[in-house]
Amino acid sequence: MSKQRSYVTIKGTKDGLTLHLDDMCSYEELMTELDEKLTLNAADAEGPLVSVHLKTGNRYFTPTQEEEVRALVRGKKNLVVGSIESNVVTKEEAYEWKRKNEIVPVAKIIRSGQVLHVEGDLLLIGDVNPGGTVIAGGNIFILGALRGIAHAGCYGNKEAVIAASVMKPMQLRISDVMNRAPDYKTEERNEMECAYIDDTNQIVVDRLQLLTHLRPNLTRIERRL
Amino acid sequence: MGEAIVITSGKGGVGKTTTTANLGTALALLGKRVCLVDTDIGLRNLDVVMGLENRIIYDLVDVVEGRCTVQKALVKDKRFDDKLYLLPAAQTSDKSAVTPEQMKQLVDELKQDYDYVLIDCPAGIEQGYKNAVAGADEAIVVTTPEVSAVRDADRIIGLLEKEEHIKPPRLVINRIRSHMVKNGDMLDIDEIVMHLSIDLLGIIADDENVIKASNNGEPIVLDPASKASIAYRNIARRILGESVPLQTLEEEQKGVFSKLKKFFGVRS
Ligand SMILES: Nc1ncnc2c1ncn2[C@@H]1O[C@H](COP(=O)(O)OP(=O)(O)O)[C@@H](O)[C@H]1O
Ligand SMILES: [Mg+2]
Repeated sequence: MSKQRSYVTIKGTKDGLTLHLDDMCSYEELMTELDEKLTLNAADAEGPLVSVHLKTGNRYFTPTQEEEVRALVRGKKNLVVGSIESNVVTKEEAYEWKRKNEIVPVAKIIRSGQVLHVEGDLLLIGDVNPGGTVIAGGNIFILGALRGIAHAGCYGNKEAVIAASVMKPMQLRISDVMNRAPDYKTEERNEMECAYIDDTNQIVVDRLQLLTHLRPNLTRIERRL
Repeated sequence: MGEAIVITSGKGGVGKTTTTANLGTALALLGKRVCLVDTDIGLRNLDVVMGLENRIIYDLVDVVEGRCTVQKALVKDKRFDDKLYLLPAAQTSDKSAVTPEQMKQLVDELKQDYDYVLIDCPAGIEQGYKNAVAGADEAIVVTTPEVSAVRDADRIIGLLEKEEHIKPPRLVINRIRSHMVKNGDMLDIDEIVMHLSIDLLGIIADDENVIKASNNGEPIVLDPASKASIAYRNIARRILGESVPLQTLEEEQKGVFSKLKKFFGVRS
């Protein structure tokens, strides 16, 4: 009778094992079969660690269920969960994703003492004056002069960039890296510029045109899915 | 129903009181009924600059606390035959003696009787500032061509823009020394206006006659010959809605004039 049940399909790939899980059966049935199949397929204990990628189709695992699945896989010798992928997300996750990925246009001058904070990318149409601050979870694009403080990737995204028509900041921050304006006066350049974190983990300011090469995914909406 | 204009700056000593006294006087000279209100409670000096300090009997706090009517507290400027009045600040209380609601009520009452109510704001962004802006319909931000003054002006503009009852603030740049600007030792007007991005209402030269006049209790506008006087009169006319091109001082600075014209919509 175990023959007719086939809620779990296992495929070997170069990245380890991919498990396709049926999304119609009950959670209990699925767990029972998962346990059986993994026990059957268990390689000898001497082998290297194999990562398991679970594809759950249209089934949504609650955080507790997800923890149970991980525990089950971990319980088998030399198996570990590499990823769990589902076709469904909760509404909250979807909203959160939207907030963190949308480009927020703001037409305003950010004046001394003012702070503007957005979750996603910021498109500011206006200046940031000295003493003003803009903060974004993603990138910061300023159609105007940046003379205050800008902090991009404030939740830790080191790929984030800051671009401005006039780049004369008091301070730039990307993720947890910071740099401040030089103490000597630099001449005003009439060129749009961008700031990003380079290979040496430092913020550099360069011509805007370089961005296409440095961050090819910059404008792709699915970049963080 | 008149208009209430607050004169503010953030930073102290940039010329709010001087501007209030001179614009008030200039508007009275142009035939408007004007009431000046000193909200710098505890540090009043608009009365001194106007030469009216000896005539003060009651003050703003007396009015708010019901010890007298507004009419009784107003000091009449005899030079202007019923055109110019001053409501002095109290010298003995502090800024917390008055609330923004009380100020608004008071200013609304004054607007019934006067064409212009000019409110002299204390320095800072605390209680005194909040009181001064509470009843205002318009705001004039005064700055000098110094980085610190411009920074504070920017801060104040940000706060004023949040006050929905106040029209977009306009700028007066005071104490300009043309030789310093020419040498690049002072911010130039273009730079300041671009940075603050608000309409420029006028510019006033640094002129020691302004200080002398204030010390004598006779605002400089009363001296028709001085450049500062002309500048204040022109600002008053712009407040009345006339388009008056920038004069003299600004013509000395090449290039500025043409650029500034568009802020007033002047056609040449
Ligand atoms: N255009 C000017 N030229 C020269 N001195 C000025 C000018 N404007 C203001 N002052 C002087 O600067 C000082 C501060 O001005 P005041 O109007 O009292 O500033 P605030 O009210 O902003 O504190 C006063 O001594 C005043 O006479
Ligand atoms: Mg003053």
